[in-house]
Amino acid sequence: MSVNTAEILSFDEAMEKYDPVLGFEVHVELNTRTKMFSSAPNAFGDTPNTNVTPVDLGLPGVLPVINRIAVESSIKIGLALGCKIAEKCYFARKNYFYPDTPKNFQTSQYEDPIAYDGSIDIELADGTVFTVEIERAHMEEDAGKLTHMGGATGRIQGAEFSLVDYNRAGVPLVEIVTKPIVGVGSRAPELAKAYVAAIREIVKNLGVSDARMERGNVRCDANVSLKPKGQEKFGTRTETKNVNSLRAVEHAVRYEIQRHAAVLDSGTAIIQETRHWHEDTRSTTSGRPKSDADDYRYFPEPDLVPVVTNEAWIEKLRSELPEPPAERRKRLQQDWGYSDAEFRDVVNAGVMTSIEDTIAAGIKPATARKWWMGEISRRAKVADVEPAELGVTPELIVELQGLIESGKINDKLSRDVLDGVLAGEGTPTEVVEKRGLAVVSDDGALLEAIDGALAAQPDVADKIRGGKVQAVGAIVGGVMKATRGQADAGRVRELILERLGVQG
Amino acid sequence: MPEINREDVAHLARLAHIDMSTEELDRMAGELAVIVDSIKTVSEAAGDDVPATSHPIPLSNVYREDVVGETLTNEEALSGAPDNADGRFKVPAILDGE
Repeated sequence: MSVNTAEILSFDEAMEKYDPVLGFEVHVELNTRTKMFSSAPNAFGDTPNTNVTPVDLGLPGVLPVINRIAVESSIKIGLALGCKIAEKCYFARKNYFYPDTPKNFQTSQYEDPIAYDGSIDIELADGTVFTVEIERAHMEEDAGKLTHMGGATGRIQGAEFSLVDYNRAGVPLVEIVTKPIVGVGSRAPELAKAYVAAIREIVKNLGVSDARMERGNVRCDANVSLKPKGQEKFGTRTETKNVNSLRAVEHAVRYEIQRHAAVLDSGTAIIQETRHWHEDTRSTTSGRPKSDADDYRYFPEPDLVPVVTNEAWIEKLRSELPEPPAERRKRLQQDWGYSDAEFRDVVNAGVMTSIEDTIAAGIKPATARKWWMGEISRRAKVADVEPAELGVTPELIVELQGLIESGKINDKLSRDVLDGVLAGEGTPTEVVEKRGLAVVSDDGALLEAIDGALAAQPDVADKIRGGKVQAVGAIVGGVMKATRGQADAGRVRELILERLGVQG
Repeated sequence: MPEINREDVAHLARLAHIDMSTEELDRMAGELAVIVDSIKTVSEAAGDDVPATSHPIPLSNVYREDVVGETLTNEEALSGAPDNADGRFKVPAILDGE
């Protein structure tokens, strides 16, 4: 039976009484050109049932053949997760009857995964590092896509029939399974999100997956159980299936913790079952309990021969690994001289690579950070896009900065210039001309404005003449106002003091 | 005590989505038990030093290069399907799966 979704405990209360234990199974779709066991294209969004061969349809008499690149990508994922790579491993048949697999089994790995016993360090938003142990990463194939028709909601409940597209059937998958994650406490939802984000980042950085969660390239099943504080033995877990955005992973874990706590508080036992996540209500509902259907009767796949690795092959693949994201961050922070807080803000704002490119184009680290964390981030927030998607290039920043440093424009004007460039009015130099934004550098025009400002504030002028040089700010302000900001404040100050015959 | 009893057969039949009558279950339990007991003699012949063998021929690492080959057309793919709609296989709504 499903638990009433209203029956949840507050998160704080749940955390006072219970310790959560988490576990994740993340499925990563590889971006090989072809499928795991057939030469059909591995492509998204094509006409249904066109990227299929007899192998993908499970027609009689067909024989699968393993995709070499898929094996190599799997080994790379294993290496990036700090895993040992199996010397010899096998494929196995996982038998179940459901129309998403036309063969009536999924080709997977059972007792011998290609990679096992790894760990990754997950950094939370405040810099806390949490190590997650990896149990295994194994190779398998994706299933076809079912669309349930005739029901009111498009869900299986109430559907009259289903339509099946086998384009996705046989797409190479790597399933990454963690060991139970204990001791994370109230940071469990945050860790869940950070873990999936880290896996996504790693496989994307390796170039082995497109890692687009909205396309299902990275999918997460989240296991949650609670144990009363101080108890060693794990509680009964539930597995929330297919939580497919980072935000949803965080919310689903949080919700299940609250729901488990309420069930346990009421003296009822948690039922070991799968749960379905609903983004609209941000809650889970009961899927199906553990049953006969989970008896998959695995046995070795007789049509595929074992995968045997050797030192030379593994070392060759290891040498092809890019710098791990965590090490890259460490290196960049050191190179740029940012404080921990500054660097974390940069990472969280998603502008690290943009800053790297900007610095490579010749901008000083501090200046690059000022641009990306300041004006560009601000505009991105207003436009509700990622900063990198605004269309600001390193070359554009180099040109803007050049205009500032040569005294053509000042900081304030540079914002208007940026607006003009982003509005498609041309290059920064062109915008300066078209909008008439150049700093007023004609001393004659400035002196005219200075005389006006002095006349408007005679008392301030007297103070300055009397030696209170710091009062000059009020006159500078007046001049900036009169020139609509298009003056170089430093030059204005010099001219005012000169005019009044006072030493700066 | 045979390795396979009536409950095992009923369980397997359920997993395999095969309807079996009481008589069929009784008969099959007896027949399967004989087969399983016969095959058990293999375990007696193989000592602890003989590893479990899933493939009789000692082959490994048979791979395909990651190159797109010929595919079926949509019509060909659906040609053997009992029913189809919108270019896809049409199947009854089934609830007891993943």
